Amino acid sequence: MRSTLSMRDRLTHWLPRLVLSPSLVAVFIGVYLFIAWTGWISLSSSKMVPKYDFVGLEQYIRLWATPRWETAVVNLFLFTVLFLAITIAIGLLIAILLDQRVRAEGFLRAVYLYPMALSFIVTGTAWKWILNPDLGVEKVVNDLGWSGFVFDWITRPDTAIYCVVIAAVWQSTGFAMAIFLAGLRGIDTSIIKAAQIEGAGLPRIYMSIIVPMLRPAFLSVIVLLSYISIKSFDLVLALTNAGPGNATEMPSTFMFSATFRRNQMGVGAASAMMMLMTVAAIIVPYLYSELRESRNEH
Amino acid sequence: MNTEANSARRSHLLGRLFIYGSLLALAAFYLMPLWVMIVTSLKSLDEIYAGSFVGLPKAITFEAWEKAWGQACIGTACDGLRPYFINSLLMVIPAVILSTGIGAINGYILTKWRFPGSNFFFGMLLFGCFLPFQAVILPMAQLLGSLRLSGTIPGLVLVHTVYGISFTTLFFRNYFITIPDELTRAAQIDGAGFFRIFFSVMLPAALPIIVVSCIWQFTQIWNDFLFGVSFTAGQSSPITVALNNIVNVTMGRKQYNVDMAAAMIAAIPTLVVYIVAGRYFVRGLTAGAVKG
Repeated sequence: MRSTLSMRDRLTHWLPRLVLSPSLVAVFIGVYLFIAWTGWISLSSSKMVPKYDFVGLEQYIRLWATPRWETAVVNLFLFTVLFLAITIAIGLLIAILLDQRVRAEGFLRAVYLYPMALSFIVTGTAWKWILNPDLGVEKVVNDLGWSGFVFDWITRPDTAIYCVVIAAVWQSTGFAMAIFLAGLRGIDTSIIKAAQIEGAGLPRIYMSIIVPMLRPAFLSVIVLLSYISIKSFDLVLALTNAGPGNATEMPSTFMFSATFRRNQMGVGAASAMMMLMTVAAIIVPYLYSELRESRNEH
Repeated sequence: MNTEANSARRSHLLGRLFIYGSLLALAAFYLMPLWVMIVTSLKSLDEIYAGSFVGLPKAITFEAWEKAWGQACIGTACDGLRPYFINSLLMVIPAVILSTGIGAINGYILTKWRFPGSNFFFGMLLFGCFLPFQAVILPMAQLLGSLRLSGTIPGLVLVHTVYGISFTTLFFRNYFITIPDELTRAAQIDGAGFFRIFFSVMLPAALPIIVVSCIWQFTQIWNDFLFGVSFTAGQSSPITVALNNIVNVTMGRKQYNVDMAAAMIAAIPTLVVYIVAGRYFVRGLTAGAVKG
């Protein structure tokens, strides 16, 4: 009797770890081992097939000497700054407007958010059609009587990146709005009432009291949007195919074409490691602080 | 006194006007691309090239939809999107079920059967939510090749399940942590074991988060492009890859109506899920930002 009990105890002791272990192994291999593997390739002379030799930082030096990579990094920076600034501004504006006890709030929220359900390929396809100067927005405005109106950004190397920004903002604003709205709903309304009694106008109350209280929401939005922007790949491919020329090249598209199209596996792996390090520099401190805060709350 | 009340009412009215005006203008901006996609897909190509962009079609035709579904050329095959739509279904259904199931049991263990180091494991899993997949594509291609799974649907199911576990575990862990431990302890005293508690105590209580997880995974996997384009080619591609191929055909007169119909076909499954269960979709979306 006693031995069966202890058998059962031992089983309940080990069973959870046993059931969890396949996931741990899968994630260990799929995430950590594979990262190490990519890291190794980035230090090797691999071109078409992986080679497991060691050439030091040669591929990284080659990477940073590639003008195309330089374009990609500059584009990523420009894109991230504009994408974040505009998405946050519009998302916050919509959230504040929706928080004014409006009718049909549920319906409006759904309208702002539905693009998040779409694939970036769908978004890119739609905006490619809208932004094309021959038959799209430019033509509509011309037909309305403003014949001098020109909106050919997507065909010009110096402006095509802004088209990617427009489509990305369109797709992601709802996400920023949802997080800001959740933040606003968590704020005690008596603060607003008290400030109103003091005679402050609503815009001022928002600017100087409410928005500063949304700090955690801002942090989340900034981190998650930066992550979206670093890995954005599908949208660029569908909207501009990294062109015209390679004017809208991004690190993600660079990595893909170097690895799978141009037989530069080592350079591709080096670019992937650069992307990973950028993401880790943003995400790891964020996760750390989130986890620590939640531990303090419990 | 009276005029003061009047002016207060007027400024209130103006404020409301401004709020509704802005909200409606923004709503129009967000709906415009969907509108343009739908009306373009219902027009004939001649009407489109005659310069009709935002207007309603003069004569509604489903020709473009038929073409996109059954005849459009992707590479050398001209079978339309249908086979790729089926590929995506065959990929998404097992991957959603597997990743949600695994996430549920992981979340259960990480909250109700904690052991030394389990928090560390959770942290390790969590980074997987934010992994830029470019960093693992190369080795994954090698592994799929050596498992003889490259270019197959089961291969994609495996990839999506492995990289989905992080998110689904996060969902369930954050949900189960709100269920009081007394519940599982009482069941244990009644003699229920590890699996019994999971199936008859935890799962029945977890319905909302199961829906959240399924919707999130469905949307992510259906919309995936990077894995599809990296690990498959030709006939085994998912729909996003096929759509991109249709749109990037450069030969002949561009068939914008077929492009838009194809984009709508690729978008409809996730849009339907969003319309039916938008509430749960939002919860999944904000879960990455809300701590447990």
